[in-house]
Amino acid sequence: MTDVAERVKKIVVEHLGADEAKVTENASFIDDLGADSLDTVELVMAFEEEFGCEIPDDAAEKILTVKDAIDYIKEHSA
Amino acid sequence: MRRVVVTGMGMITPLGCGVDVNWDRLTRGESGIRAIDRFDVSDLPARIAGQVPMRSEAPWGLDPDEVVDSKERRRMDDFILYGLAAAHEAILDAGWTPTDEEEQERTGVIIGSGIGGLNTIAETSIQLEKSGPRRVSPFFIPAALINLVSGHVSIRYGFKGPNHAVVTACSTGAHAIGDGARLIAFGDADVMVAGGAEAPLCRLGMAGFASARALSTHFNDTPTEASRPWDKDRDGFVMSEGAGVVILEELEHAKKRGAKIYAEVLGYGLSGDANHITAPSPDGAGACRAMTGALRNSRVNADQVDYINAHGTSTPAGDEVEVKAVKRLFGDHAMKLSMSSTKSAVGHLLGAAGAVEAIYTIQAMRNSLIPPTLNLHEPSEGCDIDLTPLKAREREIHYAMSNSFGFGGTNASVLFKRAP
Repeated sequence: MTDVAERVKKIVVEHLGADEAKVTENASFIDDLGADSLDTVELVMAFEEEFGCEIPDDAAEKILTVKDAIDYIKEHSA
Repeated sequence: MRRVVVTGMGMITPLGCGVDVNWDRLTRGESGIRAIDRFDVSDLPARIAGQVPMRSEAPWGLDPDEVVDSKERRRMDDFILYGLAAAHEAILDAGWTPTDEEEQERTGVIIGSGIGGLNTIAETSIQLEKSGPRRVSPFFIPAALINLVSGHVSIRYGFKGPNHAVVTACSTGAHAIGDGARLIAFGDADVMVAGGAEAPLCRLGMAGFASARALSTHFNDTPTEASRPWDKDRDGFVMSEGAGVVILEELEHAKKRGAKIYAEVLGYGLSGDANHITAPSPDGAGACRAMTGALRNSRVNADQVDYINAHGTSTPAGDEVEVKAVKRLFGDHAMKLSMSSTKSAVGHLLGAAGAVEAIYTIQAMRNSLIPPTLNLHEPSEGCDIDLTPLKAREREIHYAMSNSFGFGGTNASVLFKRAP
């Protein structure tokens, strides 16, 4: 489980084409990393794929930062 | 009526990226048709095509990284990539990258496609079956939509004028240029980025056109000989991909900024066959009406036309119909004008064909050189006009016409006048 944070960050860098240094835990996908609403949908799909979990739409809407994603995945993957 | 000229050109075809390399290779008689190597063709009856070469294959090939970053590329079908590449070349060629708000609002885009993101639709459909709806990308729809070439060009260059996209199968490129010119003539814009883009090379596209019995299947082992318009051994067209884009501009606007002028868009004619979904009307009446329309609104006499860049796809029925239509319209002059089909070298780019061929037509006028019809060794019956077989030929061209005819019986002819 320790590598969840690293795996999440890697996906964010790949999908948003974001600068690695900017992808901190507190970074907001939209405000800090230049994502738009379609990007965030795609990100959540990539998380689901990577971690083999399903993130329902109402939960996905609350994943706004890198930390939100890490926390959700840690909590919901067995 | 405001006059419209062409001030920029860009293209990407099986012969390569860029107008100059295309013209050079085309007039040398080179072919861009080869065996398909991107996907499995072992069970397909047609196994050859005009693939856009990549930079790794040839110096004139496409390097997608020069067009879009890898993140963007994953989110667009190849037809959009090709359209953007051609548009970029045309815009730089015209030197038209306005930053002034009003100039941006007077610049529009009309780049169409015959089919749009077919491969993206095919692959996403497989993904849907395999993994369910939650795995369908949010970028699927904008990656496949036909008008997204125009959308991307507008966003990238800040063009805020008319944003439009033509969808008329194989007449798309010609209609885009004709309609774009009318938008300028009517005053909706001063500059229009116009053309077509297509990327139909995937298993679904090949299978569909093969089932419609439209493709050449007898030359899988000799691909460069497959596209042979008017030749008695022709057996269908060769499918290709790419894009062509021109910058259309109001004459005074172009003069004022000292733009180089390649040609004037003098006439434009459109018609419908009202006959069959895929076959041309056997008497060529629809084709004839489109050409007549282009002459009528240009006020040019038929006997002033020196060159016709034919639709000439290399299908058994279509090629003869077009010659019949030319003879019917031009009468005695049909034996004096020159015609050729550049599809013999690049294959059929469907929705991009009309735009690519308009550029070849303009290049022919500028260089007083008629590009050849490759593989035309023995014309079939009735094809007895000058079809420029095998070798490019010098000829001064004052007025030239480019024809495009599409599935659904949709026809377009654009008449160009050489720049003074």
